[in-house]
Amino acid sequence: MARRSKRNVAIVATGQTDHRSKRPDVNIVEMINEAVRRCLDDAGMTIADIDAVVIGNMEHFEGIFFTEMWSVDGAGSFLKHGMKITTGGTTGSSLALAGYYHVASGLFDTVMTIGWEKQSEGETTAGLIFQADPLWERATMSGAIGSFAASATAYMHKYGITEEQAAKVAVKNRKNALNNPHAHLKLDLTVEQVLKSKMLAYPIKMLDMCPTSDGACAMIFSSEEKAKKMYQNPAWVVAGVTRHDQPFGGDLEMVMNLRTLRSATEEAYKIAGIRDPLRDLDVAELYEPCSFAELSWYEAAGLCGPGEGGKLMDSGATYMDGELPVNPSGGVLSTNCIGATAMIRVAEAAIQVMGKGGQRQVPNVNRAMATGFGGSWWSDVMILSRTP
Amino acid sequence: MSEKGGSLLLAEFEAKFPYDYSAGRYASYFLKRLKEQKKIMGIRCPKCRRVFVPPRPACGYCFVRNTEWVDLGDEGTLWGFTIVQFPFLDPMTGEERPIPYGYGFIELKGAATRLQHFVTASDLKKLRIGMRMKAVFREERKGNLADILYFKAIE
Repeated sequence: MARRSKRNVAIVATGQTDHRSKRPDVNIVEMINEAVRRCLDDAGMTIADIDAVVIGNMEHFEGIFFTEMWSVDGAGSFLKHGMKITTGGTTGSSLALAGYYHVASGLFDTVMTIGWEKQSEGETTAGLIFQADPLWERATMSGAIGSFAASATAYMHKYGITEEQAAKVAVKNRKNALNNPHAHLKLDLTVEQVLKSKMLAYPIKMLDMCPTSDGACAMIFSSEEKAKKMYQNPAWVVAGVTRHDQPFGGDLEMVMNLRTLRSATEEAYKIAGIRDPLRDLDVAELYEPCSFAELSWYEAAGLCGPGEGGKLMDSGATYMDGELPVNPSGGVLSTNCIGATAMIRVAEAAIQVMGKGGQRQVPNVNRAMATGFGGSWWSDVMILSRTP
Repeated sequence: MSEKGGSLLLAEFEAKFPYDYSAGRYASYFLKRLKEQKKIMGIRCPKCRRVFVPPRPACGYCFVRNTEWVDLGDEGTLWGFTIVQFPFLDPMTGEERPIPYGYGFIELKGAATRLQHFVTASDLKKLRIGMRMKAVFREERKGNLADILYFKAIE
């Protein structure tokens, strides 16, 4: 059981690249540096103000390793404390949790976290299969899409979830992305266009699936003393929880029931004093790798009961003007630079709490939730607040 | 170097990547029984009685050593499935995996977990959740999971 940290920690700044399908104009170090500079500008800091740098990505996607070594020039981590973190899809939220832990521990006052991926330069599905167990799963595993699809059919079969309900998620998030200057896919779609898009693996069609993106995200975590001195409205971290699951795909129910998210949110809500998340949270950035997943994650996060994710979508509660807007940034369906993806959820939640969301700002955000998804169906949860 | 990007060059790499992997005692036993007797074996946790396939040394729920082997037979039920239609590079061969094909999760009778594998029927379009499925074995078995070619619907 995790608890509230004894030392308060705030997110004081974020920086993102403008995410694209391909960034041949920059190499990886240059791309990382764009996010780092934007983050330092947002903080009004120089690199000299940073005590430690935690960086990460999914190294086997690009096939180049030792990120923490060769990224030093762009990351600004020369002769600073730091480490690399690689945990699959949750890499970005693991990095954010590490930034939180570094400051909460009392060992550091100002910590930068950096997540990035340049997916255009590698083979994502081959990389994902290669990370599967060599004896039991590599020969048959069919990438992320295969796992999502084969368990989405079970989810539909058990609860009567429809392709139309999932398509509504794809439409909502791409439309939200129109308001986000950093988003990769900004599309004004109809449900019919999603349903008629190219079939990848039933029931997942092209527009039900997240893209592959090139991009980076950086954030700065700060101690209470420093945050209060320098910033009017930082985003305070009130809970951070992570959960892992059993090792093999067949041990899990995948899209049908993400038990790691259920367990992590239950604990995070307890720490943050949240009784009814639909009512008590003001905005959520959920890591939705495909449209069907967002419906199921509503259930796992306790926004509705089991099997009611489709009905919650139909009710409009998660639209920008609904009771709990989900993914005002456009979510993962609009931007997916994997090592950065889960950090973007935390950064976007922080942006909402800090009131810096511009066109995508939800009014009067006091509490925001961000989740990370990945690894082997792992979950991370962070809850941020306007007050410590 | 490729000059696709004009003055900004793109370095292209292709590499072979040989490696070994120790199967360990549990997988070795499973794969020998599969190769020699066409048996699919699970292993039972002595505490919670869950039967795991693939077999593993410890129960992740109870954190105790798994001890008792169980013959799971070669039939099960289709829990979930898809028909993969998108092209992708298979890192096992270095080439695109042939599509379309059926992929799914099979609940073997008595197992607490599911086995992921290729699935098929007389026509892929006939696959349905809840169908009875039967393992089809490779003639010349080699002692790996591909000794099960796929699970086929009993129609």
